[in-house]
Amino acid sequence: MMAVTGWRALLYKETLRFWKVGFQTVGAPVLTALLYLMVFGHVLEDHVKVYGTVGYTAFLVPGLVMMSVLQNAFANSSSSIIQSKIMGNLVFVLLTPLSHWGWFFAYVGSSVIRGLAVGLGVFAVTVLFAQPSFVAPVWILVFALLGSAMLGTLGLIAGLWAEKFDQMAVFQNFLIMPMTFLSGVFYSISSLPPFWQNVSHLNPFFYMIDGFRYGFFGVSDASPWLSLGIVGIAWLVVSAIAVHLLRIGYKIRG
Amino acid sequence: MPAISFQSVSKTYPPSRQQKAQGKPGLKAVDEVSFQIEPGEFFGLLGPNGAGKTTLISMLAGLSRPTAGAISVHGFDVQRDYAQARRQLGIVPQELVFDPFFNVRESLRIQSGYFGITNNEAWIDELLQSLGLADKATANMRQLSGGMKRRVLVAQALVHKPPVIVLDEPTAGVDVELRQTLWQFVARLNKQGSTVLLTTHYLEEAEALCSRIAMLKQGRVIALDRTSELLKSAASNVLRFKTDAMLPWAIAQHARITGRIVQLPAQNAHEVEQLLAAIREAGVAVEDVEMRKADLEDVFIDLMAGEQTPLEVAR
Repeated sequence: MMAVTGWRALLYKETLRFWKVGFQTVGAPVLTALLYLMVFGHVLEDHVKVYGTVGYTAFLVPGLVMMSVLQNAFANSSSSIIQSKIMGNLVFVLLTPLSHWGWFFAYVGSSVIRGLAVGLGVFAVTVLFAQPSFVAPVWILVFALLGSAMLGTLGLIAGLWAEKFDQMAVFQNFLIMPMTFLSGVFYSISSLPPFWQNVSHLNPFFYMIDGFRYGFFGVSDASPWLSLGIVGIAWLVVSAIAVHLLRIGYKIRG
Repeated sequence: MPAISFQSVSKTYPPSRQQKAQGKPGLKAVDEVSFQIEPGEFFGLLGPNGAGKTTLISMLAGLSRPTAGAISVHGFDVQRDYAQARRQLGIVPQELVFDPFFNVRESLRIQSGYFGITNNEAWIDELLQSLGLADKATANMRQLSGGMKRRVLVAQALVHKPPVIVLDEPTAGVDVELRQTLWQFVARLNKQGSTVLLTTHYLEEAEALCSRIAMLKQGRVIALDRTSELLKSAASNVLRFKTDAMLPWAIAQHARITGRIVQLPAQNAHEVEQLLAAIREAGVAVEDVEMRKADLEDVFIDLMAGEQTPLEVAR
């Protein structure tokens, strides 16, 4: 029996969709993050201390968790929509009475769920190698939710815009991936030369990871309130764009 | 209140970049189409490829927007009151699409959920039974044959018990068994009060099922009448023969040609004689010559070919 209806039915379907291929959508990114931790942690643990006292592996854990959250939240909505468009089964949703808000909450909501599921998985395996503290768990939760919602929304826009997998790969490999890698996952931006520190401050992904990491260590490169403001406003802007595109049926209704 | 209403509906697709550069206008796929379908009707929408049938249905379904005009379902405008309009509609799309992540029952449960239905198991079971899908309920969509996937598409369209059912070429490329299962089921729903809009290339299906028919050509309605009236308007007889030779174009353009079999409309014995004389003059040898009553396909060919009869053209 179907226990949920309306947009929640679409949320359920989108969640079930990635869960059915959990090895690929949750297991694989957890393994990738683990490999990053083993390689970088092993090489740099004895050579790098961050914020004066934090060991490199412990520093890396929240960064890898958040990177996985962001990348998988993006992958969820973007891959679902582009696949449905190309295979033609998006018509099953297009023919329903669901509103553009319903679409938005369902696709972004399922992206948040996948992002958090992968993040929890990455945390569960990486924490075996180093235990970061939990100075402010509320910030951890806030940035995990906001970051995954932000990337889920970007994935929704990318899915609507892309007409073939090649275009989606451009979005993913030339925008999302570099911005994630250059956001301070593997280093504190305070270790960068001033010019690159300034450049990093223009990257919204930096604030997501920095604010998330603040929740673990109570120390960050930028104030968590500043990060919250920037990420929050950025999410509202991309959400407004996504909802508008859904309302006009951009590239999905002729 | 009509079940479906098209009022002066037009759809023009914008020109491509290349067409724009050449100063060409966009394609007018539907041109000022107006007609209504009454509740409980079994209505046929016929026309050759590119006539605008699927564009019209896409606009009805909200998959595309009309450039001009208004479409409503049971009084609900498909653009303004889209949610209510879509609740009234069950649309079987032409393309054989499916979601490979789910099995048949899951697909139907999810589709029910979109329409706000929580406990739909009894109706889902009835659909599975009626469409011969009961033993495939837990099969993944990828494992099903084309015909089975088509049945699931029908079930998905009907899962929210819509009062208006739209079937866009539902029997294209499917076997006889499915056709019979499908038509028995749809005819039953129609008898129970559902309105049915059907597009098909199989004109014998339209003739057997539809009480009223609209024919489209190049985006315009060229005929709209009761099926019986359309049949009356056709040439009352058809000349049928076999030949291995090529017919002159003037005659061939009005003929239904299936392999060696040629069928030509003819009003009376005099016209039959004239046609045979014209064929003999062209040096075409024929065999197994016979006459039969005209059917909907003959009406269709007549209308699509234009106003002239084959004899007028041949002369």
